[in-house]
Amino acid sequence: MPIKSMAEYAASSETPEILFWVGCAGSFDQRAQKVTKAFAQILEKAGIKFAILGKEEMCTGDPARRAGNEFLFQMMAYNNIHTLNGYGIKKVVTICPHCFNIFKNEYPALGGNYEVMHHTTFLQQLINEGRIKLKGGGAFAGKRITYHDSCYLGRGNNIYEAPREVLEAFDNELIEMKKCRSNGMCCGAGGAQMFKEEEAGTSRVNFERAEQALETGASIVASNCPFCMTMLTDGIKNKEKEDSVKVLDIAEMVAMSLE
Amino acid sequence: MHVIQQILFIALTAASVYIFVRKIKEMRRNILLGRDEDLSDNPNQRWKNMVLLALGQKKMFKKPIPAFLHLAVYAGFIIINAEILEILLDGILGAHRLFVPVLGSLYGWLIGFFEILAALVLTACLIFLVRRNLLKVRRLNMAELKGWPREDANLILITEVVLMSLFLIMNTADLSLQAMNAEHYTATSPFWITSHLTGIFSGSSASTLVVIERTCWWLHIIGVFFFLNYLPYSKHFHILLAFPNAYYSKLNSNGEIKNMPEIQNEVLYMMEPDKAPAVTGEQEHKRFGAKDVTDLSWKNLLDAYSCTECGRCTSECPANQTGKKLSPRKIMMDTRDRLEEVGKNINTNKEFKDDGKTLLNDYITVEELRACTTCQACVDACPVMIDPLSIIMQLRRNLVMEESNAPQEWNMMFGNIENNMAPWKFSPDDRDAWVNDVA
Repeated sequence: MPIKSMAEYAASSETPEILFWVGCAGSFDQRAQKVTKAFAQILEKAGIKFAILGKEEMCTGDPARRAGNEFLFQMMAYNNIHTLNGYGIKKVVTICPHCFNIFKNEYPALGGNYEVMHHTTFLQQLINEGRIKLKGGGAFAGKRITYHDSCYLGRGNNIYEAPREVLEAFDNELIEMKKCRSNGMCCGAGGAQMFKEEEAGTSRVNFERAEQALETGASIVASNCPFCMTMLTDGIKNKEKEDSVKVLDIAEMVAMSLE
Repeated sequence: MHVIQQILFIALTAASVYIFVRKIKEMRRNILLGRDEDLSDNPNQRWKNMVLLALGQKKMFKKPIPAFLHLAVYAGFIIINAEILEILLDGILGAHRLFVPVLGSLYGWLIGFFEILAALVLTACLIFLVRRNLLKVRRLNMAELKGWPREDANLILITEVVLMSLFLIMNTADLSLQAMNAEHYTATSPFWITSHLTGIFSGSSASTLVVIERTCWWLHIIGVFFFLNYLPYSKHFHILLAFPNAYYSKLNSNGEIKNMPEIQNEVLYMMEPDKAPAVTGEQEHKRFGAKDVTDLSWKNLLDAYSCTECGRCTSECPANQTGKKLSPRKIMMDTRDRLEEVGKNINTNKEFKDDGKTLLNDYITVEELRACTTCQACVDACPVMIDPLSIIMQLRRNLVMEESNAPQEWNMMFGNIENNMAPWKFSPDDRDAWVNDVA
């Protein structure tokens, strides 16, 4: 089944169930592209009619706003809301908690009102509704998994349980890091830090967080954010543990375990 | 003799209330130097927040040991203050333990209860002193607390220890005098704690005991008046401001960063010029973001006065944990210090006279602001709902939009977003290239 853009749906006067907002990392970053593909694969398997914006999608403006460049943020917001409202979009699902937060908390004030879900919540719903089934004793049976709360899903929007419920659907052991849920430590990428060198300090934020993940003895670090993914992967490499410990997005884990 | 004491007491009370009210009015004026922000919505939710967070201290319980000690001091402080009412009336009317005949046997029971609270406050304050000065709990011994902030903290704790000790010694002397059937010392039922301590005064004469009892009584009430007037200059002012601060705290998700309607409109008028209103007369340019305290919202300034410098924010800050210069607590302390400076400037010059200083650069450096990941750990950690991130964001906006001050990498990121609609330099045409790889 080819993935169709909103423009294609509109041309054939069809309405998709959801708009899959891919985000810049999911579109361009090689590692995050794998998450995008995994999520698209799940959507297809579940028989969900979804659209992407394709070339019409733009950065939500999150890093610009958090760096202090409100003009640029407002420009991006104006264009995106214009596009989305033009297509009459009602429901958006995204694989990036930063995009999710912008849609949920910041676009409404600018005239962009959509029902938005982060993909981990969406996946939990699909599992609960039986629209996707996971193989028992699959790829993750008996493995130790730890979960990293991203700031904009956790503290930012109080979503702590849905991703954990998805992880509990695998036959495995979920081990919490010493700092988790509302106490969870940032990966170091938020606030546009992803796009600049860290300020001088005694250590790096992602090194600290990766150490906390390694302390659990887990072989898989489950993440829900393309930026956390990059930061934690680098932090684990710094400890030369990249052969034994993998960072995987929850969507990838679900895709690998589909019946 | 009695009349002189009464006059002295009334004068002292009036003076301390007057000085306190004058300072409060000054602080209120300072807070209102901030920009307007309408926070009158959702009163029900706001009252609920105030009850849970300020009165109920809900967020303190993330750290149970300090939470229980703090609760003891807080409950003791509030409840023992009921006794102040009797002290005030005694002082004004020249009476002694005015409530004994009114309350009867309940009186001894009440004072006994206050004594238990006083002992708890005393113990908790001693433990707090040990935590600060001997155990050197990390968040209570960081760089930004050097000098006055540390002295302030110790002074508060020592004052409370002294006040509680005076209260207990006073009661002990009173009970001893009662046992001697001394004049004026109305008999009460024995107080729960001090009735076991009267041994320390065995052998003292009635006249000595009267001097001790009266001295403690006067020092206690003078101490209370001193403390009242010390509060507004101290971090301890949180005992009052925690309530309005919790009431006016943010109701939306932590993840939300406040919109700037002025820029939203600017973009709108640029994209749809027909919507732009006709320009009439001189347009007042309001600074984008914040450079000084007067550019911040009044709620940011209330936050600054509400901060008790406990450092829960800083100890949760990932930038601070990895040795960066950023400390959310320092952001709040700097904002308060600068606001006090601006306030003094206005007191001296009738209106603010440019002193060549600003919150940005003179107090908070660019390096501190650049280290923030906007992770909201500081916001989440604060027991009284202070939002350091809001100030950080407004200062960042000023840096970028008024001073074009951004690191080179951010300028590249801005350029990429503008030209390629993504923070990296990829062609927008390749945005959906991944589709071709999906089997």
